[in-house]
Amino acid sequence: MATTEVERRRGQLAALSIAAVVIIVGVPLWWRTTETYRAWLPVSQIKEFATLQLLLSVDVEVVFSRGTVSPEQQKKVPMTQTQDEEHRVDENTALKYRYEIRYRTATIMEEDALKQPTASDADLSLHALSENPCGSLVVYVIPESSSLLSEDVDVYIGQKRTAILRLGAQMRVGRTLEQLLAHLEPRIKKILHMMSFSHTDITAALSDRVRLAPGNRENIVDSMRAFKSSPGYEITFSLLNPDPKSHRLHWDIESAVETYVQPLLTKLAPIANFSIDSQTLYYAMLGVNPRFDISRSSYTLNAESLAHVINPVEARLGSNAASSNPVLNFLLYVPDALHSPLHILDRKKQAVHSNAFHSPRWGGIMVYNVNDVYGPEAVLPVDININMAKVMGVFLAQLRLLLGVQSSSPPPGFVVASCSSTGLADWELDRLMWSRSVENVATATTTITSLAQLLDQIGNIVINDNIAEQVSSAVTSLQLAVAELEAGNLGFALQYSKEAILASERAFFDPSLLHLLYFPDDQKFAIYIPLFLPMCVPILLSLIKIASDARQKRREKQAKKD
Amino acid sequence: HTAGCFITDNVGQFFSSGHTNNWAVLVCTSRFWFNYRHVANTLSVYRSVKRLGIPDSHIVLMLADDMACNHRNPKPATVFSHKNMELNVYGDDVEVDYRGYEVTVENFLRVLTGRLPPSTPRSKRLLSDDRSNILIYLTGHGGNGFLKFQDSEEISNVELADAFEQMWQKRRYNELLFIIDTCQGASMYERFYSPNLMALASSQVGEDSLSHQPDVGIGVHLMDRYTFYLLEFLEDIHPASKTCMNDLFKVCPKSQCVSTPGHRTDLFLRDPGSVLVTDFFGSVRKVEITMDSINLTSVVSHRKEEPAANGELQKEVYSYSDQLPVSEIIHQKPKQRDWHPPDGFILGLWTLILLVFFQTYGIKHLKHIF
Repeated sequence: MATTEVERRRGQLAALSIAAVVIIVGVPLWWRTTETYRAWLPVSQIKEFATLQLLLSVDVEVVFSRGTVSPEQQKKVPMTQTQDEEHRVDENTALKYRYEIRYRTATIMEEDALKQPTASDADLSLHALSENPCGSLVVYVIPESSSLLSEDVDVYIGQKRTAILRLGAQMRVGRTLEQLLAHLEPRIKKILHMMSFSHTDITAALSDRVRLAPGNRENIVDSMRAFKSSPGYEITFSLLNPDPKSHRLHWDIESAVETYVQPLLTKLAPIANFSIDSQTLYYAMLGVNPRFDISRSSYTLNAESLAHVINPVEARLGSNAASSNPVLNFLLYVPDALHSPLHILDRKKQAVHSNAFHSPRWGGIMVYNVNDVYGPEAVLPVDININMAKVMGVFLAQLRLLLGVQSSSPPPGFVVASCSSTGLADWELDRLMWSRSVENVATATTTITSLAQLLDQIGNIVINDNIAEQVSSAVTSLQLAVAELEAGNLGFALQYSKEAILASERAFFDPSLLHLLYFPDDQKFAIYIPLFLPMCVPILLSLIKIASDARQKRREKQAKKD
Repeated sequence: HTAGCFITDNVGQFFSSGHTNNWAVLVCTSRFWFNYRHVANTLSVYRSVKRLGIPDSHIVLMLADDMACNHRNPKPATVFSHKNMELNVYGDDVEVDYRGYEVTVENFLRVLTGRLPPSTPRSKRLLSDDRSNILIYLTGHGGNGFLKFQDSEEISNVELADAFEQMWQKRRYNELLFIIDTCQGASMYERFYSPNLMALASSQVGEDSLSHQPDVGIGVHLMDRYTFYLLEFLEDIHPASKTCMNDLFKVCPKSQCVSTPGHRTDLFLRDPGSVLVTDFFGSVRKVEITMDSINLTSVVSHRKEEPAANGELQKEVYSYSDQLPVSEIIHQKPKQRDWHPPDGFILGLWTLILLVFFQTYGIKHLKHIF
């Protein structure tokens, strides 16, 4: 009897110890070995970016030249005004524009510069005096009697970051400083909208965050035409020669690129990297047959058939396989001798002066006629040197459009200086930088928030250290970019926003984040039940038996007591 | 025919669709010779899409098996879609991006979401942006809620819907048309929840998609019914045609297809009656006239060629940079592989042998071993 008692004790002890080992050691061990490695992410900071509040601040200097303010007002003039404009785009995004306007009087050197005969000369000499940091503006106010601007022109916008504004006639006699400032304010606002940014530009740049209802047609076309912000672009110049038997074409593309295109791309260096290549394609025809127009005695391509020109040619154009950057293609087509000259007609059936067309987010094609270079008695093939200045003039104009430099017509009374030799004015670069910074910040915030959401939803995705690092660096860069925008340092803001975008894209598109690697709950049960159930059933049963024996013994003891 | 469509003029067309480029992802998921028809399906859609203008650089073609060069193909280098070998859809310029065993669920999802390793070449990537219209065509064997890849794995409709949502989050498409030709194809688009998706399937849940006709010479069925009539419909479309989606929905009615084709347009923002077929199948470019040009005045500086010391012109010498370190590869020693403890199988086998030995001969023989 004692031995069975001892045996029973032993049995109970064995069962209890097995149960203890399973529960105390086994379950935590199983938990730790099957959990996925998830590095820590700054989730709270990412959540802050879900509601974006951007503050863009612009420094404006308004300089009064002699004759615009009376001597008593001159003493009061050095002052600063801050104007805020608030816009709420949608429930998650709010914009605030802060204009810090500093008023001062002109120095003697500036007065001398403004005495130049024409506005463009005045502009040049004003530049020589001081260099304005990017993102800022200077507006020179000249009296109504000044002859610097012609009769119907009120504002002259220079090549760098200056504008010359002429006072209106009504501001001649006996006005106070407040009246003067009130008169100037709407004009200065218009200048700011042209030279810095307007609300429509910024909301267009936010298109990644905010799906806007289509506004007027021009806005849609502009946003569809320009390439989205990307760290680099590839530009390919192609010469298409469908008739090598008649024309032997020479184009000095290397020097042309160095002289004409490279200055523009160097100026655009803060925005993106550019890589250029060129090629010549022989026997490449256009996909459409041009029609001979007797009234013009030339072959014509009308606007409707232009859309079908690009596709057959595109199959023959190569691209650099190593990078995934967007490609801008610029094609120069020299028509064959049988179909020369070839002119492009617009929708009103007028010949287009530049003889070129472009396609949004793709590139441009220019038709270069050579039939006037040689006569009918020339020996074929004829050597032809292509006038690269004319060709590059058109290509640069198309490049500007495709990169997002707006070409909207200026408001009435405004005159814009013609493009400098680089092809891009400083304030146009500023405009591009503003919209690119905002676009980068918007895209990076949506990328980061959707990545955080994805990783949260699927609890089994492994988050490696490098992803966590990229996310943290993206968050830091975003915070810095927003801070620099608030402070008005446009160059730094753009740089930080570019870093933010690179880091966030690298984290989002990391190959290890494929959500194939998650198992739905029912599959998890299907895997674990055949392993654990056969093991747990004897343990549970023996525990139940121990418990029922103990209860029985207690009942017996109770019965004995009574 | 243009009945039922609503396009006013070309200028209006510019703004109605909102896309600037087109992409196509065409996937055939089944292998083995008797699944010839799936490869023919995919190649006929590829052919139509190329004919209507989408270039190879914008098409990602995934074929799970090679039918044209299969050793059971009596006519090598051809894939026919009509019996009596009327139409060879393989052609001369097929560019297959993912072939054979590269066509997996993982690669397909990687292409869609863009999460490819950095060494992937451009032709294997879907480089779409927020103004791209994408056509996705899947064919193979499927069931209720899944599609079979390569006879060994499946993609479920939940995974597909999640992949599209990932694409939407990153704005990788403007509008997406999803066509699937499998059995119970409609189950694959049931779970979509992202905006701007339109889906077409060849059969409803519970129905099988049937194949069209066998060819006695080749010995297998050449095409599936739905894609056969789709190809016939697309042959009438040319790049400038104005046929709209409502006509595409009518392709292959129950009398011809035996199964009931279905479609889903509730997630699509535009009215299907105003969506052109060429918005997805073709690549009609928007074009603007360049109105202004820049006046460039600086003179091109030609690089001067300086004569060398001996008076002759110095020519630039180009040298070929070594792409592959061939000598290193040839003379490489085999890598030292790390030592691993013996496998579980080996251990189990030896344990079994030892146990049997001691079972038979008893434990007193242990001292003879050690």
